[in-house]
Amino acid sequence: MYTQGLDQKESAGKRPVDAVEAAEQLQAFQARIDAEEKIEAKDWMPEAYRRTLIRQISQHAHSEIIGMQPEGNWLTRAPSLKRKAILLAKVQDEAGHGLYLYSAAETLGVSRDQMVADLLSGKAKYSSIFNYPTVSWADIGAIGWLVDGAAIMNQIPLCRCSYGPYARAMVRVCKEESFHQRQGFDIMLELSRGSPRQKAMAQDALNRWWWPSLMMFGPNDSESKHSAQSMAWKIKRFSNDELRQKFVDVTVPQADFLGLRMPDEALRFDADAGHYRFGEIDWQELFDVIAGNGPCNKQRLEKRQQAHDDGAWVREAAQAYANKAAAAAA
Amino acid sequence: MSKQEWPLYEVFVRTRSGLSHRHAGSIHAADDQMALDNARDTYTRRSEGVSLWVVRSDRIVASDPAESAAFFEPAEDKIYRHPTFYDVPDGVENL
Repeated sequence: MYTQGLDQKESAGKRPVDAVEAAEQLQAFQARIDAEEKIEAKDWMPEAYRRTLIRQISQHAHSEIIGMQPEGNWLTRAPSLKRKAILLAKVQDEAGHGLYLYSAAETLGVSRDQMVADLLSGKAKYSSIFNYPTVSWADIGAIGWLVDGAAIMNQIPLCRCSYGPYARAMVRVCKEESFHQRQGFDIMLELSRGSPRQKAMAQDALNRWWWPSLMMFGPNDSESKHSAQSMAWKIKRFSNDELRQKFVDVTVPQADFLGLRMPDEALRFDADAGHYRFGEIDWQELFDVIAGNGPCNKQRLEKRQQAHDDGAWVREAAQAYANKAAAAAA
Repeated sequence: MSKQEWPLYEVFVRTRSGLSHRHAGSIHAADDQMALDNARDTYTRRSEGVSLWVVRSDRIVASDPAESAAFFEPAEDKIYRHPTFYDVPDGVENL
């Protein structure tokens, strides 16, 4: 269960007093992980494990919340009522995913307000992909197909993550995510079977979203600083490069089906290995976006801050009503 | 302006009648009614439930995992509570 309030003080009182005891505790913890036991909120865990999870889960939650913006951009301009209703449901799902994840992170002893403050101050990161603009309706198709497709690759192994509350939240997320990917592919399919101009729109969206989608998996394994420890703790099950390769292998045939071309001259099928080989990723672009210099970083945070500020009176009114009702009942 | 965080509620969902309520996650809300509404919007967007319980997280009394060995120890040595403790002779049926 998600009652994080009480466990912090207790576990603080039970900190190991000497190095031998600490080493034994760490060893016992790793043994539980190795035995595929799930770690639950109130269980003893190394501080580094707790911090890693707080960082990862809160970043994941922030990504869902910020991720509503590029798609929300097209809610009022969706080409039909059907598409609008679908997109509304998808954007609402993203909010829901953010909430599942925030509550999973809260079990580790960080407050919701703290996480929100870290997002707004720019201290906490979110996925680089949401700093790209959605300039045409086809971008909504490309996001569902590619961005949600890449997210699924990342998230399915997280359903088996060693931390119980995170794993359970991911099971819920993954169930809903395949609707997101299919609605995106459906948009791409309709455009690519439409007029030449519609097909060109689909190709243009693919050209702009393909490489940023590959960057979503993070740096190459040789450059990834958190990977080894996260693997040992079974937070991560596959490396960045493994997941990226898997994504390319399943997505290229889908592009072929759509009659669209991947924007990669180096892309070819390696029949011996059974994999698609792809060109070099522009890592500088990823690092620039992460550093805050992507096309929409500033806009995304400003809009989140504005939504937070605009909602303040609602939060205050709800609190005032709750206080008044409690006073009347007393 | 008060900077008071809304209390945390645990959410339990009965997926269909005949099953018990099961923990789904948690949400924040200013009061009980809002907790129910938020739980519905967060955890049952695809008809996952026919009944919801929400309870303030700070009202839950939980056992301590660090003490679980001692806490559950009384059940450990009573193997005679399990039917497999008893040898049933060959030829005895329906037991």
